[in-house]
Amino acid sequence: MRAGIMTMGRTGAAALAILACLSIGAARAADEEPVPPHRHWSFSGMFGTYDRAALQRGFQVYKEVCAACHVMRFLYYRDLAALGFNDDEIKAIAAGYEVTDGPNDQGEMFKRPGRPSDRFVPPFANDNAARAANNGALPPDLSLITKAREHGADYVHALLTGYKDAPAGFTLPEGMNYNTYFPGHQIAMAPPLNEGAVTFADNTKASVDQMAHDVATFLTWAAEPEMEARKEMGIKVILFLVVLSGLLYAVKRKVWKGVH
Amino acid sequence: MADTAKPGSAAGVHDDANRRDFLFLLTGAAGAIGTASAVWPLISSMNPAADVLALSSTEVNLAPVQVGQAITVVWRGKPVFVRHRTPEEIASAEKVNLKDLPDPKPDSERVKKPEWLIVVGVCTHLGCVPLGQKLGDPRGDYGGWFCPCHGSHYDTSGRIRKGPAPANLAVPGYTFVTDTSIRIG
Amino acid sequence: MSATPSLLDNKLVKWFDQRLPIVSTMHHAGMEYPTPKNLTYWWNFGSLAGFMLVVMMVTGIFLAMHYTPHVDYAFASVERIMRDVNYGWLIRYIHMNGGSMFFVVVYIHVFRGLYYGSYKSPREVLWWLGIVILLLMMATAFMGYVLPWGQMSFWGATVITNLFSAFPLVGNWIVTLLWGGFSVDNPTLNRFFSLHYLLPFVIAAVVFLHIWALHTTKSNNPLGIEANGPQDTIPFHPYYTVKDLYGIGVFLIFYSLFVFFAPNALGDAANYIPANPLQTPPHIVPEWYFLPYYAILRSIPNKLLGVLAMFGSILILFLLPWLDTSRVRSARFRPIYKLVFWVFVICCVALTWAGGKPPEGLALWVARIGTIYYFLHFLVFMPLIGWFERPLALPKSISAPVLAGGKA
Repeated sequence: MRAGIMTMGRTGAAALAILACLSIGAARAADEEPVPPHRHWSFSGMFGTYDRAALQRGFQVYKEVCAACHVMRFLYYRDLAALGFNDDEIKAIAAGYEVTDGPNDQGEMFKRPGRPSDRFVPPFANDNAARAANNGALPPDLSLITKAREHGADYVHALLTGYKDAPAGFTLPEGMNYNTYFPGHQIAMAPPLNEGAVTFADNTKASVDQMAHDVATFLTWAAEPEMEARKEMGIKVILFLVVLSGLLYAVKRKVWKGVH
Repeated sequence: MADTAKPGSAAGVHDDANRRDFLFLLTGAAGAIGTASAVWPLISSMNPAADVLALSSTEVNLAPVQVGQAITVVWRGKPVFVRHRTPEEIASAEKVNLKDLPDPKPDSERVKKPEWLIVVGVCTHLGCVPLGQKLGDPRGDYGGWFCPCHGSHYDTSGRIRKGPAPANLAVPGYTFVTDTSIRIG
Repeated sequence: MSATPSLLDNKLVKWFDQRLPIVSTMHHAGMEYPTPKNLTYWWNFGSLAGFMLVVMMVTGIFLAMHYTPHVDYAFASVERIMRDVNYGWLIRYIHMNGGSMFFVVVYIHVFRGLYYGSYKSPREVLWWLGIVILLLMMATAFMGYVLPWGQMSFWGATVITNLFSAFPLVGNWIVTLLWGGFSVDNPTLNRFFSLHYLLPFVIAAVVFLHIWALHTTKSNNPLGIEANGPQDTIPFHPYYTVKDLYGIGVFLIFYSLFVFFAPNALGDAANYIPANPLQTPPHIVPEWYFLPYYAILRSIPNKLLGVLAMFGSILILFLLPWLDTSRVRSARFRPIYKLVFWVFVICCVALTWAGGKPPEGLALWVARIGTIYYFLHFLVFMPLIGWFERPLALPKSISAPVLAGGKA
């Protein structure tokens, strides 16, 4: 009888704990914006890793399209080693940019070619310059964008492929574009991707969907460069803890054997 | 109690105790390994981070440095002495009898080009910056550098000659990028 | 186990201990401490909370070695920890999720105390010290959340500090004092960092008092009756040290799932956007562990009353030993209280849910009804039930029911 009540109590507590978790999840997702469709990504799941080819293609899309307006201020050229580029390739990529350095002995700032230890060179000198060049809208920093938006990579892909003509009755201000997945649907960014906007070295067809997928993969890596190491360590840690807890349980049983 | 050995069987009781001790030992070992593995990332986080390691080279333009002059540049947060040595300084550095040196090293092993001496400007005693870079500075008894903290004298090759310092001023790894510029690190 | 030679047999240890009895005190409190032998796994959460305090302090000390408390560098220094510092991401995710885990553990610990009447005489001071720890934890967690200087950090700090402006006359003075300026800015961030580093040590001191009080009144147990003698207790070591270690092992699996596979699941995406004092995010919510209080705050349309109700929801716990009029501790023997307890748990979950929603429609009504019920529970149900409820017969001793059950 008592055991029955206790079991009920435990089940009740467990159910409530689950309910609490669910309610928190529901609370977080309680926006009225359309939910981006869930896509399969190479990095999804406990064992997911980044698809290196997609990362390199995604970097190319960022470099040739997005970087015209968007800075990634938390990335360094040296970080590109994780995409599979070797030292010489990284040096060449970095050297393709002009970095402002200084002051020199004369007290003046000067330009020099980029080095692997430099941060990604921003397209604008500062936020105000960026606004001035973009109709008053500030293109956000992309280094953390998949962590800084609900639904992460799904959202980035949905946004990049979500441009449509405004539905009848929707008044779109001058210079704005209609996007299904942008909060409020009015977005200052013009559709950035066009069929064949880049030419991929591996002959992958540069469809809008493909480019959006690859650049979302790249941006997820940029936001969470530690992800692969994290998951790999996580598997080991959890396996170890399961064994350790099993051992501790056995010890507990042995120690408690005589107690009633 | 059902899983214990039959009472009265001494061997059975012994086996059970052995099995228990082994279990305790195994669990203790696993716990120790787990704790050590958890502590390691914390210790490791105190080592230089990736951005610190990436910044560990400095380029120096030697062109403006006249014979007899010296400049100080910063490399990894430390001063590096770059001295354009005079022929007399080179000669006095080369003619020293190695047996007279606390830390014997020929001058030829400490320079890439004899006219350019490049050493880390940190006294090997307790880390002060020796004097001798500026014109009015004392240069010690051997015409190199003099450390004011505890009185170490260095010669024109940056070698320790007198005082408490145990070793010569360190020579950083560097390469001549062109005839008049070097990259340290 | 008691036959194993004690550390105190060592001459050197004995010499030291006669001059500063630290070894014998530790031995007495951490090993011999006579503990009721019938504690369930619900009693694991006290030691788990202590474990979490250590985890938070250790990871926090290492994070502080890399963090810069300045509005221009704070966000970037956290990103540097995530990207460049060796294992920085691991240490930060352990710390970040550790906050949530600490609250999970402590809330279960508190509800266990509520269920088994652990606040009742003679354990009132023990209970008070627990509430003080909870309040200190809340302050520490709130200020820690400000440190990354993301959008939620900044706006959370703005909203919570503005709560104090509700107090008449001194309100605005207090808020300016908290800020060290006329808005949440660099002075605010600096002092929050200082206090975030300080308060855990204060918590550790109060935890020491909490354990001292515990060892003075001895542990409560699922039956809620006092131990009658040695037949009812077992030494803390090895019985409960082993059981607590096993609990920590299982808990670490749960914790690791978050740290390694869903490190941002409990956080808010907006905190990965650097703080912008000119733009409030559309939907600001506190961390999950503050949602019930946030729901209570927003359920009352009057600013001052809302703030008072929010603070009151925790302060009322100080009076609980006297609001509960029952002579029986454990809900096992209190059929009506047991039911009301679970309704109260549902009420807290509902408030948590409502606190995460915009305050309108259903969520607002849930918050209002939940708030009323929350206070009814403590102010009306607890005194009344204790008065008219007929408790079941209590067992004679901790050993008795087990023996009886074993024989039957």
